[in-house]
Amino acid sequence: MWDAGETILNLWNVGVWYGDYHALRGVSMDMRRNEITALIGPSGCGKSTLLRSLNRMNDLIPGTRVDGSITVQGQDIYAPDVDPVEVRRHIGMVFQKPNPFPKSIYDNVAYGPRVLGQKKGLDDVVEEALTRAALWDEVKDKLKSSGLALSGGQQQRLCIARCIAVRPQIILMDEPCASLDPIATLKIEDLMQELASDYTIIIVTHNMQQAARVSDRTAFFTAKLDGDGERFGELVEYDVTHTMFTQPKDQRTEDYVSGRYG
Amino acid sequence: MSPTLDDIAPLEIEAGTLQSHHSELPEKGFRWVLLLSLAIALLTLAALLAFILVSGAPRFNLQLFTNMPSIRLPEIAGAQSAITGTIWVIVTTAVISLPVGIMAAVYLEEYGNPNGRFHRLVEINIQNLAAVPSIVYGILGLGVIARALALGQTVITAALTLSLLILPIIIISTREAIRAVPQSIRFGSMALGATKWQTIWKQVLPAATPGTATGAILALSRAIGEAAPLLLLGAVTFITFNPNGLMSSYTVMPIQIYNWVSQSRDAFHVLAAALCIVLLLLLLLMNGAAIFLRNKYQKRW
Ligand SMILES: Nc1ncnc2c1ncn2[C@@H]1O[C@H](COP(=O)(O)OP(=O)(O)OP(=O)(O)O)[C@@H](O)[C@H]1O
Ligand SMILES: [Mg+2]
Repeated sequence: MWDAGETILNLWNVGVWYGDYHALRGVSMDMRRNEITALIGPSGCGKSTLLRSLNRMNDLIPGTRVDGSITVQGQDIYAPDVDPVEVRRHIGMVFQKPNPFPKSIYDNVAYGPRVLGQKKGLDDVVEEALTRAALWDEVKDKLKSSGLALSGGQQQRLCIARCIAVRPQIILMDEPCASLDPIATLKIEDLMQELASDYTIIIVTHNMQQAARVSDRTAFFTAKLDGDGERFGELVEYDVTHTMFTQPKDQRTEDYVSGRYG
Repeated sequence: MSPTLDDIAPLEIEAGTLQSHHSELPEKGFRWVLLLSLAIALLTLAALLAFILVSGAPRFNLQLFTNMPSIRLPEIAGAQSAITGTIWVIVTTAVISLPVGIMAAVYLEEYGNPNGRFHRLVEINIQNLAAVPSIVYGILGLGVIARALALGQTVITAALTLSLLILPIIIISTREAIRAVPQSIRFGSMALGATKWQTIWKQVLPAATPGTATGAILALSRAIGEAAPLLLLGAVTFITFNPNGLMSSYTVMPIQIYNWVSQSRDAFHVLAAALCIVLLLLLLLMNGAAIFLRNKYQKRW
């Protein structure tokens, strides 16, 4: 089943620096098209750091540097002639805390297309994006009301709708359910599986059941100390989710997924 | 157990523990002192207002707005030239200071490196400039704008000088408004493929508008009340025509008031009080608008 996906993202020996601090080191992995890849690991092991480097959101943090190579469909996203703004158009991101703009629901979804210069057919884009984000029925009568007036779970789906309205190839999600209740969480999980037929999704989660339920592959990261006593994150093991949870090869993975970590 | 831990061991709650252990008098006394201070401030203000209203009421009428000042006939003199002069000067000041101030604030908040030496220098200077007495700006305006730039005693000279005077206030309040826009909004916008400028223009500035507008109104209302720098710049105290352009000579309300108060005939003092009422009403209106904006758009996140 998982063989079907071709490689869409390739990471080779990726490291991320915050100034002098080499936070994440030597990550090599492939992510496949139309799969859901889960990144798991203890706090501070660099999951968010890695995720942000995949769409160059790291560029917005002063002093951040990435080495190694990250290619999307064969193109190095850190090549000198690459525009990070273009990268972000094709690799979208959903954040841990829902962050709708202080604008109407309609304007939230239409924002991306408008920024890209689209003026006509916005109604259709908005309806389709909201439908795909499983939010249309709940908001179709109040498109003009503020996105901030929605519940947390609805806000997060609005953010997903906003993201898919710019038609990204890949969607990065950093703990998208961390601030949601269990029912809203299940809704988002269902939605992710729906979306995976068209998009490639990479999700950071602290919820083992969530990783097990929704993802095709799981990567386990951990933090360790180098020779100088500096903490850094590294990739421990990366495999098909089922294997990761039933027969992990590394003892650390086994401890972590079975809750014996720490 | 070690003595250091004993020092903060929980205290037992026994009979009498929960009863008052301090005398009531300082508590009550302090309350009265505070109230008294408030009363002094409010009563002084009320007395001032009452005095102006009572003395100005007889001439607070339409003539004040329709007629020009007159040396010979205070009974029918008005303040039209001063009122239109104030409008000319303030609108020009707003047109100059708002774009410059807002753009400077955007640069400092969104582009500058907050730890850079230049940035810190600018920051400290802006804080200091906001505290410089307005007469100093008058001297600057006189020397540089009126004389060196040869703009003379005109509306544009006044507007440029007042712009310098209120720029620090506008920059500071706009920066605060921009800083209050959560980072998550910027990230959300950038993650959708918006450029930095699009993010600022379509997200940050609109979200900061209420705060910016509040600050701008307060700054402009300060400019409206200023007489000192304009006295230096030679706002002419006796003018019987409305300004007809930026290079026109002009007078403004505070100057006109100053002029009338220094006349010997009582009828002029009544006029001065009446024009004070106009000025106060205008300022009240502007401050009311600022408060309204602040309350209406407070805390949206
Ligand atoms: N902006 C930053 N500047 C400096 N160091 C940072 C920055 N962001 C993260 N780090 C450091 O990089 C390391 C990895 O952080 P990161 O946020 O990626 O971890 P994480 O795996 O996402 O943790 P969590 O599960 O708590 O979200 C940590 O040591 C952190 O202190
Ligand atoms: Mg994180």
